[in-house]
Amino acid sequence: MLAAILSITFLGGLFGLGLGWAARRFQVESDPVIDQIDAILPQTQCGQCNYPGCRPYAEAIANGEADINQCPPGGETGIKALADLLGIESMPLNPENGEEQAKAVAVIDELACIGCVLCVHACPVDAILGASKQMHTVIESECTGCDLCLPACPVDCIDMVVRYPDAGDWRWSKPQPAVSGAALMGDEILPASHH
Amino acid sequence: MHIDQAEQARNVAEQLHHFHGGLRLHHNKKISCETPVASTPLPEHFFVPLLQQYGKEAEATVVVGQKILKGDEIGCFAHLGSGCVHAPSSGVVKAVVRRPISHPSGTDGWCIVIEPDGLDQWKELESLTDWPDADPALLRQKIRNSGIVGLGGAVFPTAFKTDEAIKRGIHTLILNGSECEPYISCDEMLMREQPDSIILGARILQQAVGATRTVIVIEEQMGAANHALKQAVKSTGDNDIEIVRVTAIYPEGGEKQLIQVLTGLEVPAGGRPSNLGLLCQNVATASAVAQAVVEGKPLIDRIITITGNGITRPRNLVARIGTPIADLVERCGGYTKDAARLVLGGPMMGYALNSDDNPVIKAANCILALTQLDIQPPQAEMPCIRCGECARVCPAVLLPQQLDWLIRNEQWIDAEDCGLFDCIECGCCDFVCPSHIPLVEWFRFGKSELRSLAVERNQAKTAKHRHEARDARLLRIKQERRQRMKEKKRAFKDDAEKQKKLTEAISRARARQGRNE
Repeated sequence: MLAAILSITFLGGLFGLGLGWAARRFQVESDPVIDQIDAILPQTQCGQCNYPGCRPYAEAIANGEADINQCPPGGETGIKALADLLGIESMPLNPENGEEQAKAVAVIDELACIGCVLCVHACPVDAILGASKQMHTVIESECTGCDLCLPACPVDCIDMVVRYPDAGDWRWSKPQPAVSGAALMGDEILPASHH
Repeated sequence: MHIDQAEQARNVAEQLHHFHGGLRLHHNKKISCETPVASTPLPEHFFVPLLQQYGKEAEATVVVGQKILKGDEIGCFAHLGSGCVHAPSSGVVKAVVRRPISHPSGTDGWCIVIEPDGLDQWKELESLTDWPDADPALLRQKIRNSGIVGLGGAVFPTAFKTDEAIKRGIHTLILNGSECEPYISCDEMLMREQPDSIILGARILQQAVGATRTVIVIEEQMGAANHALKQAVKSTGDNDIEIVRVTAIYPEGGEKQLIQVLTGLEVPAGGRPSNLGLLCQNVATASAVAQAVVEGKPLIDRIITITGNGITRPRNLVARIGTPIADLVERCGGYTKDAARLVLGGPMMGYALNSDDNPVIKAANCILALTQLDIQPPQAEMPCIRCGECARVCPAVLLPQQLDWLIRNEQWIDAEDCGLFDCIECGCCDFVCPSHIPLVEWFRFGKSELRSLAVERNQAKTAKHRHEARDARLLRIKQERRQRMKEKKRAFKDDAEKQKKLTEAISRARARQGRNE
C-alpha cells in the first residue's frame, strides 16, 4: 500500500517537473489579438474610425470599445476578415465613418504650393517631401491616400487623384456569365487517348 | 533534389514520358504552311509599345523629332536585368502617345511612333564572329543588350533566364519547337527555312550557360522541319545537339509539360526548369540569340502566323515590332467576307483584339481571324455537375472544379494551397466542361486577386513601418524638448540662487557700511 502511494506520488512529481520544464522550454509567444487585428487593418492611418491611427483602433476593438465596421479604407473585405477573426457577425460599414472609395494618392500642385510645411507635419507616414519655403511633393509609392493633408493646406493646392492601373499592373476582372474565351474550335475535338 | 532524380534529369529524352491529361486537337496548321515566309513592306508609321515583356513598361529614351537608326535603343527597363526596346527601322520619332498595345486588357499604353525614312539604315553593328572564343559572360551581356525575350509567348527576358541558369548550374539546353496550339506555324516555318540560325543559336546559348548538350523538341508530324534541322546539325558536325520528336498533345509545348515528357520529372511548384538543371528556350529565341551575338542585331522583328478562315491567303510573315496588324492582314490578301473576330495568339490561349490598329509585339506569334462559323455562340453557363472531366484533362494535375468553387467563394488562401498558381491557363478544362463554365477566366481572376492582395499587404506593411518610425521620431523630439526645458529651468534656478546669494551679500555689505558710518 505504502509502496503504491510512494511510487504514484514520485511519478506524479516527476511528470509535474517534466511538464513544468517543457512549458518554459517550449513556450510559444502567442500572437496577441491586437496584433492580429492590426494586421488586417489597411494601415492608412487616416483616423476616419475616430481613433488616432490603425493601432489605437485595433486596441479599441480588442477591448470591446469599438465596432468592427468603422474603417472605410478596409471596406467590406476588411470587416469580413475582422468578423472571421473575432468570431462575430459581419456588419455593414458605418456610414458615419465614411464611404469605401477607390484608392487615391495625394498630388500637390507644385505651382500653387507656398512651402508652408503644414502638410509635411500632417502626413502620418512621412510621404510628403519638402522644407520651409521650398516646393513640396508627394512620394507616390508611400502615400496611403488618407486625406489628412487636405485640411492642413492653407492654399488648397492638394488633390486626391485615383490611379487607374496601366497595362503593366492591370488585373483580370471577375468573369461575367456566358462569355467563354477558349470555346472557339467548334466541335472539332477529340479527347486525348494516350493513357 | 534526390541523387537519382538529378541523374534522371540528365537523361533528357532517353525515354519519352507522358504528362497528365491534355487534348488532341485538330492542328489546322497546313493552311499557313503552304507558302514560304515573306517579308512585310515598311508601314507608314511604326507604333512600338513600351510594354514588351513580363512586368512594367520601359522608359522612353528618345524625344519627339529625334532621328534614329534601325536598331537604336528607344526604351529601356529598369528592372529584372533586362534589355531595351529597339527601333524597327531608321526614321524620325513622331510622337510618344498612349494607344492600343495588343494587351489582353485592351487598355492603352505608351507607344513610340516612328515614321520610317525608307532607307532602313542599321546603326553601327558590333558583330562577334569569333564567339566560340568569347567569354560566356560577354555572350550573356550581348543577349541582354539585344532586348531578347522568350518568343514562345510568355516574353520572359532571356537574359534573366540565362543569368539564373549560370547561378544554378545547367547541364542541358532544351529548345522548344513543339508549338502545340492549333493554327500557329511560325516556329515550324522558322525551323524549315532557317535551321542553321537555330543550330547556331543553340550552340551560342549552350556556351553562354555552360550546358553540355542540346535537345531540340519538335512534333511528330513536322517532317520537313525534322529533315532541315538534321541537315543543319550534320553540316556543323556537332554531336551534342539532338532532335527529338514528340506526340502532338496539347499543351505539350508548355515548358513544364515538355520537361515532364522528356524526363518524367515534374518541375517543382513555384520552381523553374533550372531546379532540374535544365534551360528551356523557344527555337525562335535561339535564332534571335544567333542574330544578336554573331551579327549584333537587336530583336526588332519576328515571324508571325497570319491565319484562320477569316484571312484570304493565310501565311507566315516576318513582321517588325510595331507594325500595325492591319498591314499584315493586307499583305495576306485582306479579310474574307465572313471574318468576325480577331485573336492574338492561338485559339486556346489567345485573346481577342478590339481593333487591327494594334501593333505587332514581341509576344505575338499568331494573328487569327475567325469567322462566325468558328465561333461558338456563347452558351449559357450551367451549374457544375462535378463530372470530373476538367480534372482528367488538366496537365498540371489540379482540380479545376474545386479551384473554381474556392475562387467563387473568395477562399483565396485555400485556392492558393490547392495550387492555383500552378495553373498554366491552357484552357483544356474550359474546353471539356459540359456546363460551359469559363474556368480559366475564374482562375485568371483568382490569380489577379491574390497578387493584388499581396501588393496591398506589402503596402500596408510599409505604411505601418513608416507610421511607427514617425511616431518614434515625434516621441524622441518631444522628449528631447522636455529635456532641454528641464536643463534650462535648472540653469535658471541655479542662476536664481546665485542672484539670491549675490543680493544677500550686497545687502550684508550695505548693512555693514551703514554700521560703519
